[in-house]
Amino acid sequence: MGARAWGVGFTRGPLRAVAHRAGHGYKRDVGDNGVGFGEGFRRILETWNDPRIGERIDRLSRANLNAFGFDPFGYSPDYLKRVLPAVAVFYRHYFRVETHHIDRVPTEGRALFVANHSGQLPVDGAMIGTSLLLDLEPPRILRAMVERWVPTLPHASVFMSRCGQVVGTPENCRALLEDDEAILVFPEGSAGISKTYDRRYQLQRFGYGFMRLALEMKAPIIPVAVVGAEEQAVSLYDWRAAARLVGAPAFPITPLTPLLGPLGILPMPVKYHLLFGEPLTFVGDPNDEDGRVGRHVRHVKNAIRGLIEEGLRVRKGVFS
Amino acid sequence: MSQVVLVTGISGRFGRLLTRHLHRTHTVLGIDRRPFPEAPRDVTLYRDDIRSRKTEDVFRTHRIDTVIHLNVMHNPREMGEGAHRFNLVGTRQILEHCERYHVQKLIVLSTANLYGAGPDTQRYLAEDAPLLGGSRSALGRDLVELDMLCSAFFWQHPEVETAILRPVHIVGTVLNGPSNYLRLPRLPVLWGFDPLLQLIHEEDVCAAVLAAMTPGARGVFNVAGPPSVPLTEVVRRTGKPRVVVPHLLWGPLMKRMFSAGLWSFPADQLDHLRYSCMVDDSRVRRELRFTPAYDLDATLEPFRGGPPGAASRRS
Repeated sequence: MGARAWGVGFTRGPLRAVAHRAGHGYKRDVGDNGVGFGEGFRRILETWNDPRIGERIDRLSRANLNAFGFDPFGYSPDYLKRVLPAVAVFYRHYFRVETHHIDRVPTEGRALFVANHSGQLPVDGAMIGTSLLLDLEPPRILRAMVERWVPTLPHASVFMSRCGQVVGTPENCRALLEDDEAILVFPEGSAGISKTYDRRYQLQRFGYGFMRLALEMKAPIIPVAVVGAEEQAVSLYDWRAAARLVGAPAFPITPLTPLLGPLGILPMPVKYHLLFGEPLTFVGDPNDEDGRVGRHVRHVKNAIRGLIEEGLRVRKGVFS
Repeated sequence: MSQVVLVTGISGRFGRLLTRHLHRTHTVLGIDRRPFPEAPRDVTLYRDDIRSRKTEDVFRTHRIDTVIHLNVMHNPREMGEGAHRFNLVGTRQILEHCERYHVQKLIVLSTANLYGAGPDTQRYLAEDAPLLGGSRSALGRDLVELDMLCSAFFWQHPEVETAILRPVHIVGTVLNGPSNYLRLPRLPVLWGFDPLLQLIHEEDVCAAVLAAMTPGARGVFNVAGPPSVPLTEVVRRTGKPRVVVPHLLWGPLMKRMFSAGLWSFPADQLDHLRYSCMVDDSRVRRELRFTPAYDLDATLEPFRGGPPGAASRRS
């Protein structure tokens, strides 16, 4: 890829001034492509010190918090306020996340976000969650469902629970939807996130649990497509034996593995596109046979597939 | 004629506390192997094992209206045949006596630890949640079985009004895991873990037991105090220094120290320093009109700062 992929878009030239003046409310010009090192650093500092980020956390609903500012799952807006500037730096300047159709996201009431999963490390979930905090009006907290072994990891357990993430058991999902929260699930699970590069943007088998949950709780489903995450870590081969040995769901070998070892799965600065679909409402018996529930699941899967295709069409390159 | 209340395990710290609340308004009988030197005069104390024949004599000779069963070993130093038999056989006998001698009311103090703290523990467990806390230790299994025994009794004998209370971590003068933990001069926390905790003051547990004595109160009740808060916040509010320990090193070491009597925090409650286990107490608030009187700072008051070592020697 040439200069075009690395450093164009409306962040450079006369269009940038227009974009700036048009000022999409909170969102400034998208991305840092093609700025000098000093300018880039200045912008990172600006995001880091941006008081508006804290203000947006203050505007989040505090309905389900107890007297000490914690919700039943350990989520704490005060903690989130402290870490969000760092996440925002990654969101705006490293992955330069661009959202599409975020106006389709319901700003209140229960909602089940369903997204494709990719990128070896679960950055996609973090970026979807951050987009609702930084780019949605009014901001909203999204509760991502994580694997059961995450709380067994030191520090990760505290970080994930304080930021509002929850272990993805059916009981927890039900409790959150009951409280009219928005939750995020990846029905592909680890099959999606650890797939090799040759299967990029191919949706893996979807679990049916999320659909039964949506039917039971009468929660609208918001399909989300993440475009860009597939290229953040290029897995050439999934070394299953090694994965079993260390107890991980996958052991991806990337082009950077010979150089960096296990750190080869760290994400490269790809550009993220997040595409939100129209909310879908399904009615039916949550305990119905797989065949009938499967039809609804395929409907959601097709919606996500459509959004992925749209994202691949609108993006100019992997890094821009 | 005042009601006759039999308290098993009356000489424990919690039994004594409860007696002080009860003896003016009720006729209190007590059974315990341990002495209760400063017992109020109007309390009749039987120094017996609850498994002995004499215990049945107490039931036979008095018309007992209410039995409050506290005589359960929650944190024995060595877990062996002794504690197992004491807890299960003793409780079974008490249940049989309650049935045979037409006791109207039975209150059992179980614990919310039975739900078990694990990485995927669901949040705000209701009374019907599975009791998974027994998978780690023999004692845990016994306590789960004990709770089940009483629940079965509740269903099989509707003529006895049975209330099973499952309070969260009780803190105060009692000698249980959480209180012993808070009495340590330096509070150990696990590196990289900060679970949410629910604490309840012992006086509030007393109030819950008294609330459960009202006619009509039956079933299983989770009892909780002030809202849940992270462990580090609890430590901060006690004003004591905190020691950060990696859990891999911590677990085996603590188990040894506990069984050797060098350490007063029971090792099987280690999971509660790592994972959250919180209960939904809406049922007790709604049906028994119970509201905890002590807020978090009042609950932690006895453990505040102080000279290191002074408090921990007691245990």
